[in-house]
Amino acid sequence: MTAGLAIRVGNVEAVCRPSGALWVESARALIVADLHFEKASAYAARGQMLPPYDTRETLARLEAETRATEPSLLIFLGDSFHDASAEDRLPPDEARRIGALAVGRRLVWIVGNHDEEGPRRLPGESLPSFDLAGLRLVHEPRPGAEPGEIAGHLHPCAKVRGPGGTVRRRCFVTDGERLVLPAFGALAGGLNIRDEAFRPLFSRRPLAGVLGRGRVHPVAWASLSDD
Amino acid sequence: MDGSAPSLLPPRFADWFVQRGWAPRAHQLAMVEKGREGRHALLIAPTGGGKTLAGFLPSLIDLSTRPPANAPRGIHTLYISPLKALAVDVERNLMAPIAQMGLKVTAESRTGDTGISRRQRQRVKPPDILLTTPEQLALFCAWEGARLYFEDLACVIIDEVHAIWPSKRGDLLALDMARLLTFAPNHRRVGLSATVEDPDVIRRWLSPGGAAEVDLVRGSGGAAPVVDVLLSEGQVPWVGHTAHHAMPEVYDAIRRARTALVFVNTRFQAEFAFQELWRLNDDGLPIALHHGSLSAEQRRKVEAAMARGQLRAVVCTSTLDLGIDWGDVDLVIQLASPKGASRMVQRIGRANHRLDEPSQALFVPANRFEMLECQAAREAIAENALDSDPPHQGALDVLAQHIMGCACSEPFDLVTLYEEVRTAGPYCELSWEDYEQVVDFVATGGYALRVYDRFARIVRRPDGQWVARNAETILRHRLNVGAIVSPAMLSVRIAGRRGTAGRKIGEVEEGYLDVLETGDTFVFAGQVWRLVAVSGMDVLVSPAPGEDAKMPSWGGSKFALSTFLASKVRAMMSDVHHWQVLPGDVREWLELQRDRSAIPDTDEMLLETFPHGKRFFLVAYPFEGRLAHTTLCMLLTRRLDRVGVGPIGFVCNDYALAVWSVRDMSGLDMADLFAEDMLGDDLETWLAESLMMKASFKACALIAGLIERRFPGAEKSSRQITFSTDLVYDVLRRHQPDHLLLRCARHDAARGLVDVERLGQMLARIRGKIRHVTLDHLSPFSVAVIAEIGRQRAPGEGAGEMTLESAEALIAEASA
Repeated sequence: MTAGLAIRVGNVEAVCRPSGALWVESARALIVADLHFEKASAYAARGQMLPPYDTRETLARLEAETRATEPSLLIFLGDSFHDASAEDRLPPDEARRIGALAVGRRLVWIVGNHDEEGPRRLPGESLPSFDLAGLRLVHEPRPGAEPGEIAGHLHPCAKVRGPGGTVRRRCFVTDGERLVLPAFGALAGGLNIRDEAFRPLFSRRPLAGVLGRGRVHPVAWASLSDD
Repeated sequence: MDGSAPSLLPPRFADWFVQRGWAPRAHQLAMVEKGREGRHALLIAPTGGGKTLAGFLPSLIDLSTRPPANAPRGIHTLYISPLKALAVDVERNLMAPIAQMGLKVTAESRTGDTGISRRQRQRVKPPDILLTTPEQLALFCAWEGARLYFEDLACVIIDEVHAIWPSKRGDLLALDMARLLTFAPNHRRVGLSATVEDPDVIRRWLSPGGAAEVDLVRGSGGAAPVVDVLLSEGQVPWVGHTAHHAMPEVYDAIRRARTALVFVNTRFQAEFAFQELWRLNDDGLPIALHHGSLSAEQRRKVEAAMARGQLRAVVCTSTLDLGIDWGDVDLVIQLASPKGASRMVQRIGRANHRLDEPSQALFVPANRFEMLECQAAREAIAENALDSDPPHQGALDVLAQHIMGCACSEPFDLVTLYEEVRTAGPYCELSWEDYEQVVDFVATGGYALRVYDRFARIVRRPDGQWVARNAETILRHRLNVGAIVSPAMLSVRIAGRRGTAGRKIGEVEEGYLDVLETGDTFVFAGQVWRLVAVSGMDVLVSPAPGEDAKMPSWGGSKFALSTFLASKVRAMMSDVHHWQVLPGDVREWLELQRDRSAIPDTDEMLLETFPHGKRFFLVAYPFEGRLAHTTLCMLLTRRLDRVGVGPIGFVCNDYALAVWSVRDMSGLDMADLFAEDMLGDDLETWLAESLMMKASFKACALIAGLIERRFPGAEKSSRQITFSTDLVYDVLRRHQPDHLLLRCARHDAARGLVDVERLGQMLARIRGKIRHVTLDHLSPFSVAVIAEIGRQRAPGEGAGEMTLESAEALIAEASA
């Protein structure tokens, strides 16, 4: 359980994991954001035949996380499905594997703008938000000071220039008061955290937890580049 | 003029030649004869030989002598040029003889810049001669009226065919030419080419069924070019790429010439040379700058001033390799390494487009290795021995785009289209299995998991014919036609107050300024600027006149040293008698190397090991170009890591590579280290993870239509595409590693970006022929490559992690 970057949000200790999931030990809760299941098939329906393997890839990563952490609570922070009919397009095997994630634990689907209704046939409860050990879990971060808020939606990414060239990776972003999670979905794109959209969220310059190989690198605002 | 001329040329044409005071050249008459016989023909002639006119004469004669028609007719001659500007220029030049002879022939150009009303008119009322580009032809072929439009076609002329055939654009053009032959089975093909080593390769490319179907016509060679190498006695530096030492001599050469073209290999070098020449320009000579990062408007201004004879010199990159003829150029200067003999011949051909006078050229080596290279190139040109591109199989991503285009135009039968595609030179060996895979890819993405059948982009009708799914699919395809994948361009703009974007001064490729930090100064468009910010698609700068600009990443050229020239350099180096052509300082340098280390024999590879600073170095001299050396270093460091010497880093240039490590490498079995089996699993593992593979996957995905560059209503920024294609690549690699596009990407990366083939040939060549010298300090030869340390970015697998760790270290430092 040591892999990752230990942080405090509000007054709660949590670990940013290299996979992009957040682990809250005190509640044995694993939190993942923006899985965008069946994004590829949504594009295929409009003529761009992206590989139909994104759901199983995302699931494989998620299963690795649940094996590693054995959470009693698994929380999806919204946009778990790319669109309203994504659940219907799930291949049977993938639907079964999602169902299996609920065995022996509680599953909470916080709804997002891509999946306003939440899943209809899969196990778990669909909620607009969820309170966890003093943290408030929502899909879309609210502007202004929201101490203790954990959100997704923005797909944060950090661009860092350095001696090994320029890298652009998914990242966590936090000012110690609130936290935005990176997207977990295999084909989910990213938004640079220096974008306007992040500005109303933080009262001071936040820290990026950049996903690396088996590590999460804390990177200060001053080291980040615009796109 | 030979005796057959009067019978070959109609009186109107013969008179026109007389009125102009010209005599038709032998190759022009030969081309007229090929036209009369209805033969495909390839004309190889140096620039300035009336090549374009030779290409058009048969068509003009045919058009002027054909009986009037009752119904409107279609296109008679289609002229394809790799450059938009060339198509427009040729249109202008063609109008002169048409007007002077009073021919009733219409000729019009059509490029991406042609206005909508002209395009529409061209569809309804085609000109007799249409001048266009390969991309426009691909669009025509994806149009539902294509078959009718081209049914009267009598001739297709491909200009600068030597420049176009070896690329993916050449593949696309070959496929569209095959299509045209189906529409109009009796038309002729004509290729116009600069001098090349092996015309048969182009004949095969041009031919619908083997080289023998295309007759070869050669223009007379003209006077041999006069090439000088600037010896800069006693001054040629050991290291460097800028030829800084030679600028006064270059300036003198420009002053003595009427008009000079100064070719360099990179844009940074162009900016540097331009700055230096103006520093010396006491006479205020009009010297201009021309490279691909300047705005199109700026480039056009320079071209126009050049055409008017107002300039004394233009410092330029390969942007001026092809194109419009400027009769006034009397000197071509090549600054720094020429890289290949053929390109040099073509560049030199830009001088003096009068065949009876020799072209003048001056090579300016930037360091001592380049002195060898320049001498070798000079000798190769004198012997008329040129390097050449080997033939290649047509790319499958391009075929995917073409098949989609065919379906947009009209229903197709699977077998008939296969037969047609195989008449295109690069696809003559296409297997049915590959073809079927490509069709499957076009339809549903080519996935083993068959879940997209209901979304198919092309569908099979009950009668067995394949058609595009619907009008939207067709529209989206047309917006994405073309085989050029160019990096996104950022606009360089002057920063206004409060960081707003002001006047645009040019464009740079995404990534061009990556090495700069905010506040750094750099030279662009001939002036010094300070980088203020990068904002969206704008690079904001403020003027910084008089400042010493930082000159990032000299690197070398994007062109690799040709295999042919490299072997000539090795031969020259190993032959002591040959050293006499070299200046004294370079000879002394070679003697010093011989005395301190060794000069390898022609067939040997020299390898030196020595301690330097606190590290141990291994320096090898394969002379195979930077790309092949970089790949070799990646693989060597893996092996060195396994044998436990602790490799730390490496650098490469076109001639040599250097690896340094924690422990001494002099005791290693070098034959083992350089054994050919490194091209097996290690190569595959490294390649799959490499940025090069991701870059070439992105290009293939765009060309094949997996990812759209443009779709109706929204222009996607390239950065978003980059990100998502990398994700697509990762997902695909894990779940269907044999997918068609991964095959294409691997093929392209191995061929173009990492030069695996050349590396393989090199490893075979040096088997048992490594000359290992153990030294106690660095050798004269090694200085050039060792000097690159710190100037090049550290490449390698862990490079990205390294960046993140160093950013992380800043936090530790600040909080300590």
